Amino acid sequence: MTLNNSKELLLEMKNIHIDGFSDERWHKILKGVDLTLHRGEILGLIGESGAGKSTMGKAAMGYTQPGCKIIKGEINFNGIDLAKLTEFEKRKIWGTKISYVAQSAAASFNPAHRLMDQTISAANRLKINPTDVLKKDAVQLYESLQLPDAENIGDRYPHQVSGGQLQRIMTAMAMSPRPELIIFDEPTTALDVTTQVEVLSAMRSIVDKFNTAAIYITHDLAVVAQMADRIKVLRYGEEVEEAETRDMLSNPKEEYTKSLWSVRSLIKPEETNEDYMLSIKNIDAAYGSSKVLHNVSIDIPKGKTVAIVGESGSGKSTTARVITGLLPQLKGEIIFDGKKLSPKLEQRSKEELRRIQIIFQMPDTAMNPRQTVDEIIGRPIEFYQGIKGKEREAKVIELLKMIELDETFLDRLPSELSGGQKQRICIARALAANPDLIICDEVTSALDQIVQEGILKLLQKLQKDLGVTYIFITHDIATVKAISDEIVVMYQGEVVEQGLKSKILNPPYPDYTELLLSSVPEMDPDWLTNLLNKRSS
Amino acid sequence: MLRLSLGLVTVFAFSVIIFSTFSFLPGDFATEILGQSATKSAVKALRAELGLDKPPVTRYFDWLGNVFQGDFGSSFSGRSKVQGDQGDRSREVVGLIVPRLKNTLFLTGVAAMLAIPLSLILGISAALYRNSYYDRSATGVSLVTVSSPEFFTAYIFILLLATLFPVFPTISNVDEASTLAERFYRTALPVFTLTLITMGHMMRMTRSAIINILSSEYIEMAKLSGASRYEVIVKHALPNAWAPISQVIAINLAYMLIGSVVVEYVFNYQGIGRLMVGSVYNRDLPVVQACALIFASTYVILNLIADLIGIISNPRLLYPK
Repeated sequence: MTLNNSKELLLEMKNIHIDGFSDERWHKILKGVDLTLHRGEILGLIGESGAGKSTMGKAAMGYTQPGCKIIKGEINFNGIDLAKLTEFEKRKIWGTKISYVAQSAAASFNPAHRLMDQTISAANRLKINPTDVLKKDAVQLYESLQLPDAENIGDRYPHQVSGGQLQRIMTAMAMSPRPELIIFDEPTTALDVTTQVEVLSAMRSIVDKFNTAAIYITHDLAVVAQMADRIKVLRYGEEVEEAETRDMLSNPKEEYTKSLWSVRSLIKPEETNEDYMLSIKNIDAAYGSSKVLHNVSIDIPKGKTVAIVGESGSGKSTTARVITGLLPQLKGEIIFDGKKLSPKLEQRSKEELRRIQIIFQMPDTAMNPRQTVDEIIGRPIEFYQGIKGKEREAKVIELLKMIELDETFLDRLPSELSGGQKQRICIARALAANPDLIICDEVTSALDQIVQEGILKLLQKLQKDLGVTYIFITHDIATVKAISDEIVVMYQGEVVEQGLKSKILNPPYPDYTELLLSSVPEMDPDWLTNLLNKRSS
Repeated sequence: MLRLSLGLVTVFAFSVIIFSTFSFLPGDFATEILGQSATKSAVKALRAELGLDKPPVTRYFDWLGNVFQGDFGSSFSGRSKVQGDQGDRSREVVGLIVPRLKNTLFLTGVAAMLAIPLSLILGISAALYRNSYYDRSATGVSLVTVSSPEFFTAYIFILLLATLFPVFPTISNVDEASTLAERFYRTALPVFTLTLITMGHMMRMTRSAIINILSSEYIEMAKLSGASRYEVIVKHALPNAWAPISQVIAINLAYMLIGSVVVEYVFNYQGIGRLMVGSVYNRDLPVVQACALIFASTYVILNLIADLIGIISNPRLLYPK
């Protein structure tokens, strides 16, 4: 991350307007955004979903997604206006002069071809270097991206390597033709924090090495702080502010920019008690023949929040499935409010089912798209409490008020709600059963920072008013700090430790907790550099 | 291996179904040929001669055992007592079926070689120029051909290419002596019919399989790395579309074989379909059973091949983690 002094202009986008077609009409996605980028410079584009940052990034290549079109504006790349080029002319620039690194590497590699062939395909199109030279170069790129077995990893197919490795191979693929500009579109969003650190440092060093200019798109300010020289904040398709990274972090001008890290400022005083709502003891569980939980024991105090943290594959969600009875355990027992729960869902009583509710990560898929809000919330009221007619409707409205919505939402379908509203409806649906324990499975991961804050505050308020107990499954440490009383750290199907928040988040740590906590990006532009220095020493 | 044994089980199950269906059919060969007025003893004698008096289960296992040895038994018809065919005593089913099966395979083979490449090309190009006039007319026309029954299509061809413009013959009778060119010429109309009725489905499925893949992220990635439209379709979309496409082709080849029953009848072609229809008329059980078993096995084999292509074309199944 060296500040570039030569200031030779590489890309200049002026007054970009882009419209997108959805729901039978045209919407404005970008409303006149400017952007300049110099050679060797990294610009961070940040904003929430729907801010237009991804559209802007793709527009820098002169590309728009199907159903979108550039209405107005200039995209001067090296003095050529990309907006005026034909598809055929643009193809000569794509992949070779400007390359693109997508968010989900797993979905962005063609499953039918070997990684090496895909890595060099764009450079091959240039016909400057013969294939074997390109392959050697690719191996070197793999090496400098610290991929294991760089010599042979290219012979594998995409499904044979991990997500973090794929993301680095995609960076190698973008770098292979030595482009002048790389667009990184949320390249680490889908990765675990511990993997994210490795990928970030690999990407940063390689971009530095070849002095390539880059646009780095993300919604995570702490991540972009490690990568970018300058940061531009977008919202609703317009620019909010732009500043050098250090200035932006130390002195954000706009209220909106400050709110981007609002979740990180939520704090909850921790409390606990010895009266357990739920205890699971020595649980083993497996999917088919692969065992995923090993001797897991967790205690959940009444009326408190226990956060279960860990990377993907650590068994967090499986634990939730065992508690709800969706996946009967092989061994061990579940004690709920002093009574043993039967492992199988079918053998639990309606009352037991009512008392444990779950809220899922993706509100989009957790609701029937053809049911109105009234039906979604009304059904558990009818099913568990047998309340019908006028009384039921009053109850639904009461619940809507509780989640800070009102009766105007009764007849809406899920498709007519925003992401945050959908998650609120899911919360109301869980509350409709009047439960004692709610399992929140990554409930805020799919939401924007500000919306996250709202949901977390709502959950806290509901706990205070109703005394409900939460199990909060998440991989996001900031969320954990904001909401939990106790923390359980899981790794590879085992509990690493359980304890009060203050105990877990303060030294001394077991090795894994240390790795996990130190990998969480901080709002300090030197964080990554310091961390890497510390780890290598 | 598992698929192969599953396939065998399927064929076996088919054989049971086929055998029992025909066994429980009302009436039997004996009463059929001897007529309503036949004496009970005559019927009984003929039944004994044909082995029809044994319990069905025994007959089934006798039959199955012979089938495994390549012996499909003897045809009921073609016996001395049967109309025509004097003197020529009971013909072997195998001898009866093999030449006709060859004819049918020739007919469907030619049709398949015409239909498969054509529908792939049409399907891929329709996907390439999606929503163009070409695409719309191609999908529109294919819908018409899929919806028309095969005898209707056959008669349209007869009307156009044999009656109004007499280019091809309406009767496709070939025999051992026919040369290859002669065969092509005589079977032109049935081949066209079979091609047309199956092509629409294959073309539409190819198109939609590719379009389905075109919306995936790796296609956008390929575009953004500068791949041309042709390259995107052929190099990036097609390799991932083989599994669904081969399934559709398998189904259509099987359909072609079954469709040949009607088409052979219309064009009076000496194939296995016509043989089967004729044998059903005569309650000639061994022949009908053999034909049905052949149809069923072809279906299973074709699906097996399609599954195999699906596995070979998918590295995820070919190379485990």
